[in-house]
Amino acid sequence: MKQRDVIVIGAGHNGLTTACYLARLGLDVLVLERNDYIGGAAVSRELTPGWTYSSCSYVCSLLRPEIVRDLDLPRHGLQVIPYEGGVTFTREGDYFALYSDKDRLRRELARHSARDAEAYDRYTLEVLRQCRFIRPLLLWTPPDPTSLKPRDLKGLAQLGRRLWSLGEEQIYDMIRFWTMSAGDFLDQYFENDLIKAHLAGSSIIGTALGPYSPGTAYVLLHHYMGDVDGATGAWGFARGGMGAITRAMASALRGSGGEIRTEAPVGRIVVKNGRAVGVALDSGEEIAAKVVVSNLDVKRTFLKLVEANELPPSFLNRVTKFKIRGSSGKLNIALDGLPSFPALPPGCPAWRGDMHVTESLAQMEEAYDDWKAGSWSRRPYVDMLIPTLIDPTMAPPGKHYMTVFVQYAPPKLAEGEWSTQTRDAFGKTVIDTIAEISPDIRDLIRHVEVRSPADLENEVGLTEGNIFQGELTMDQLLFNRPVPGFAQYRAPIPGLYMCGSSTHPGGGVMAAPGANAAREIARDLKRAA
Amino acid sequence: MNRPDAIVVGGGHNGLACAGYLARGGMKVLVLEAEGRLGGMARTVELGEGFRIPEIAHLLHLLHPRVESELRLAQHGLALAAADLPTVALEPGRQPLLLSSDPAAAEGLAVADRESWRALRDRLVRFASALEPFRGEPPPRLGSSASRADLTRLARMGWAIRSLGREEMRELLRIIASNVADLVEDEISDPLLQGAIAFDAVLGTGFGPRAPGTVLTLLYRLAGSVAGRPGALALPKGGMGRVADAIGKAAEAAGAQLRLNARVERVLVEDGRAAGVALEGDERLDAPIVVSNLDPKRTFFDLVGPAHLDTGFLRRIANFRARGTTAKLNLALDGLPEASGIERRHLMGRIVIAPTVVMLERAADAIKYKRHSEQPAIEAVIPSLHDPDLAPPGKHVLSAIVQYAPPELAGGWNEPARQHFADLALSQLDAALPGLKSLVRARQLLLPQDIARMSGASGGHWHHGELAIDQMLMLRPAPGAQQYATPIEGLYLCGAGCHPGGGVMGAAGMNAARRILAGEGRA
Amino acid sequence: MIEREHFRWPLLPTPFTARIEAANPRRSWMGWAGHLSPATLDNVEQEYFAIRNQATLFDISPLHKYRIKGPEAEAFCNRLVTRDVRKLAPGRVSYVLWCDDRGKVIDDGTLFRLAADEFRLCAQERHLLWLQDSALGFEVRIEDVSEEVAGLALQGPTSCAVLKTMGLASVEMLKPFAIAEFPFEGAGLAVSRTGFTGDLGYELWLRPEAALRLWDRLTEAGRFLGLRPIGWHAVEIARIEAGFLLVGIDYLPADHVLRANRARSPFELGFEKLVDFGKGHFNGRNALLEERAQGGGRWRVVGLDVAGNKPAAHALLYTGRSREIGQVTSAVWSPTAKKNLAIASIERGFADGRRPIWADIYVQKELKWSRSEAPCRIVERPFWNPPRRWAVPAGDR
Repeated sequence: MKQRDVIVIGAGHNGLTTACYLARLGLDVLVLERNDYIGGAAVSRELTPGWTYSSCSYVCSLLRPEIVRDLDLPRHGLQVIPYEGGVTFTREGDYFALYSDKDRLRRELARHSARDAEAYDRYTLEVLRQCRFIRPLLLWTPPDPTSLKPRDLKGLAQLGRRLWSLGEEQIYDMIRFWTMSAGDFLDQYFENDLIKAHLAGSSIIGTALGPYSPGTAYVLLHHYMGDVDGATGAWGFARGGMGAITRAMASALRGSGGEIRTEAPVGRIVVKNGRAVGVALDSGEEIAAKVVVSNLDVKRTFLKLVEANELPPSFLNRVTKFKIRGSSGKLNIALDGLPSFPALPPGCPAWRGDMHVTESLAQMEEAYDDWKAGSWSRRPYVDMLIPTLIDPTMAPPGKHYMTVFVQYAPPKLAEGEWSTQTRDAFGKTVIDTIAEISPDIRDLIRHVEVRSPADLENEVGLTEGNIFQGELTMDQLLFNRPVPGFAQYRAPIPGLYMCGSSTHPGGGVMAAPGANAAREIARDLKRAA
Repeated sequence: MNRPDAIVVGGGHNGLACAGYLARGGMKVLVLEAEGRLGGMARTVELGEGFRIPEIAHLLHLLHPRVESELRLAQHGLALAAADLPTVALEPGRQPLLLSSDPAAAEGLAVADRESWRALRDRLVRFASALEPFRGEPPPRLGSSASRADLTRLARMGWAIRSLGREEMRELLRIIASNVADLVEDEISDPLLQGAIAFDAVLGTGFGPRAPGTVLTLLYRLAGSVAGRPGALALPKGGMGRVADAIGKAAEAAGAQLRLNARVERVLVEDGRAAGVALEGDERLDAPIVVSNLDPKRTFFDLVGPAHLDTGFLRRIANFRARGTTAKLNLALDGLPEASGIERRHLMGRIVIAPTVVMLERAADAIKYKRHSEQPAIEAVIPSLHDPDLAPPGKHVLSAIVQYAPPELAGGWNEPARQHFADLALSQLDAALPGLKSLVRARQLLLPQDIARMSGASGGHWHHGELAIDQMLMLRPAPGAQQYATPIEGLYLCGAGCHPGGGVMGAAGMNAARRILAGEGRA
Repeated sequence: MIEREHFRWPLLPTPFTARIEAANPRRSWMGWAGHLSPATLDNVEQEYFAIRNQATLFDISPLHKYRIKGPEAEAFCNRLVTRDVRKLAPGRVSYVLWCDDRGKVIDDGTLFRLAADEFRLCAQERHLLWLQDSALGFEVRIEDVSEEVAGLALQGPTSCAVLKTMGLASVEMLKPFAIAEFPFEGAGLAVSRTGFTGDLGYELWLRPEAALRLWDRLTEAGRFLGLRPIGWHAVEIARIEAGFLLVGIDYLPADHVLRANRARSPFELGFEKLVDFGKGHFNGRNALLEERAQGGGRWRVVGLDVAGNKPAAHALLYTGRSREIGQVTSAVWSPTAKKNLAIASIERGFADGRRPIWADIYVQKELKWSRSEAPCRIVERPFWNPPRRWAVPAGDR
């Protein structure tokens, strides 16, 4: 049987990225995908006849521009269009609009608080400073602080030098930023609840923490460090849905001679004499390879695909304790027309972006408390967008598609597993929340797809339905991601690698873990050669 | 005394420790205490005739061993009525769980948990011990301002962690920034034990056990030791006030002068440097060095005033979080509760009522919405069982820390709200110690604002400022004041608002004194 | 109160917009602090020469104005700015700057002492946050009164004559940096002898409701004195001739820089005379003392006389063959001084002018770009400083 150079398990954006980079080196790469479609959580599918939708991830900003250029994704069909703003509604009929135009934004901030209008500049400056620090670390292999290897010591020294060069106060601000809560961080700048609530949304998305939990300021940064065409913090739509990203990657991969096999679920990673030598599919077929790379999260990779006795107990123990918490749900709605938002004056551009209903950090905390109690939030935080306002290709003319990301929903309810009834009840809660600010939405709904974390796990294979393949808490970042001592994409088994969002720098359709893993694999292959 | 070399503002344990060290270093030191007695938050007060009770702090466990030995506190009257108080976790309808500093001696645990408790406790104590030495040093500054000493300290810190060995270092890295709820849920199966451990991590803080960073606060607590026993808890003979008294006597013996009822209104600043203090009633005392035992906000906003300081610095001080969420319930009892299954030795321990992590988290959640916990978590001691002098024969005092009480209550902390909260706490106690309610002859509830009023600490925070990762080490209280020196030449901080924080430790006072003596070329 | 539908007007009108609009046939607007401000009304050259030759009106309402009032207003201001505010008597104006904790300049502006316990600070940038945070612990109230006060600059040699014609009694006796209140249409009109052109001139402050009447009265009074409204571009030429620094152009506000080393200290901007170390503490004092002890920062702002007639805007400056030593921040051909002027930041060691400096200028002639190495000479600022600017009583022309 033919031995492949590289097998990548999972055709998510990270797996495809790893595959692309390795195929470009002339390696024989095979990507195996369980589903009958590729893309993992970055996919465009059919919601209902005539409607294309981004079933999981729905907006784009973090995808590293270096990777986009390396793989020439635009040539393979990727187009990203920035959106025009964002808005958070109050139940009393007012709103805060985050206009992308500076003068408008300043006036809108001042409409709610003159002080906050100026605080916003200070705030963005501080967040930008953090972005400047972290960006070069994204396509970088974290050094292992527990190792004395020259490469790790050098890496640590580099990190130290980078930190040192910030100057004393900014080093402290950096440490504070990485360890404090988004709520405390925002409280330092702003006085207005609505403004804080709008900005804090990014600090809880995908995260099983409330805005006042320490470490959430980093999560906020994680959603801010991307850009659209150099505009830091901007988000955009991938034309044709998020599947455009993975489709472009797949096309690039094929262009480099790589191969993708769908409906090929891997049942086991074959380990012989302590070395990964290939995979066994559920069908029983075995495929040999020099290198096996898993795009799956670490729990799935090591607790399901590898025999426990092949792994060091301490590693296995820490993987077991790695926190992958499902906390988000999603509604995908096909609309027969444009819902109205009576609070917004006609012509207001803010709705061509992300819309929210949560009015204060306390409401977000309440929503989090429901999750802790094993229930979906009775008043959830929603991040909803109508992509068809910008990208009309996703629905029939005059019709619209709305994506609603919902925080929080548990992977398992206090009363047991998710059922059709509880899923419908969850969907109703979300639609009721939206109807508070868009009373006519119920009449326009043609079709709704409600996705609980359990659905996300079942369909895409993300453990507990965690969108980041692991919490982005400070104890699970950098050289601790996924576990201390194994943050360099290598599994404890030679020949086996990790390239998913469980590894540094984490999730969010960034593709950086995939690129980093490819770099490490190439390094090892070169050495072995 | 003619002109002192240094004036210490505030006679709390840190101020006194600082004065003691300064005096030992050859300086003429004057301590000014606003109240009629020493001790700040570590005082013993009367609660009805014949009943004496630790007013705020009630257990001694973090006192820095060097403060204890170098200031010879034993000679100056510090004796322990109990040196290794067990923790007794109670839950109605269940046999008490008894934990002491020796994890092998735990009672009431299922076999499986006995082993995991021992392993966890040993590991945590090992981690805490590795970090412990840094309590006794100023936190290193980072960046270009780092001195050689700072770099050495950093290197030593790195080394202390490395010398744990590779696997343990990885384990430390994994858990140090995580939350205590995950830790106990991963390692322990008994909910009562989970709750008891988690409670230790959040005691005195405004966090619930699910908040990242609470493992570090747990290690912080375990860094203390009593008579060489790490993580042990002690009761001083004669009440907590004796600790401050002993440090005060030690300071006096070293030559420091203590003046009570001397309320400092302002630190005098002349040409950018400290020149002395102005007391209530127009008295002025000159000294080239002024050391403030008060919290950073009081020190900089009230004593120094904004005209002498920069906006950016004061902004940081204003942003230093110091919202106390811990209340104190003091009870005078007509006797001891008698309930089946609860023995006298249980009552002699540190009673903990935090039966599950969930309950503790819920109790903490309340403060987010300006509500108090409906089921508060409680740490209680009955010091009169160890020290009969504290109460008339056959009678007792019970001192309880009650969490959580928000500094501002929705609807306001009016009298009915106070009574209601005290009743809730009492009901919690009564459920665990049936019959207790009927024994109460006097009770006193101290809310954070009461503690603020009595101790002068902003926000009534026990640690003068929240113990969170972003307010620890060189981040405490703010750049420009993190190594005890302040932007005003000659003005120093020595309170719990500095590294390493509060908890009747004396380390901040000791470190500040060392820093001052070094600056004066006396050390 | 800002309306919800403000997004329909990306730039807001000022109290004078109605009149300026009529005088703006080219519809040449620019944004200034979110407001409509005329760029060029008709002809830059004519507008400029009106500043130096006649009298001009320029709408300065978008300036940020803050009221500082309270028993500790003086102590507050004294801690805020680098000059000694205790010496500023009511009725006087002071040109001030203020620094962050690192001693880097946040902005410069004019501080009006309106009463013993009341000041008004006018500045190019927004500072409500900094002022409010600086007020922590002081008994003082800070309010943004930008919308409550309309401002109009009346500048040029005949500006005093215009005011006299309008009936402002003994306005000619007003000294530079003084303010006086005149009755106007049943309300007050504050006149300060200040300005941004380096010429004889006044700034007029009043309630927005009376703004248009003031405009009309001035226009009427200036009919035979050559009065004309002007736009930003003309003011900019005069500003550079006067050698004034403009925040955002010649330096950045210290609280807006992303890269810490982009901020500048008063020493680096040539403002050491405005720093009073003897007055007690002020914000940034400790840092500035330290910086002074080490020579006073890395940079110096200098005035340059550049060879040739092509403005050296944004040019990099060199010495020797290719040693880069700084850059030009503002540049203009001065129609009055007949010189090619520039304001530049250069490394301190070259500020004495002993080493030759040249500017790397790119010029385009019929789509063809060419590069010229123009020798520069360091010269004193202001480049243009007519005696009429300081004369008391002020002259009529």
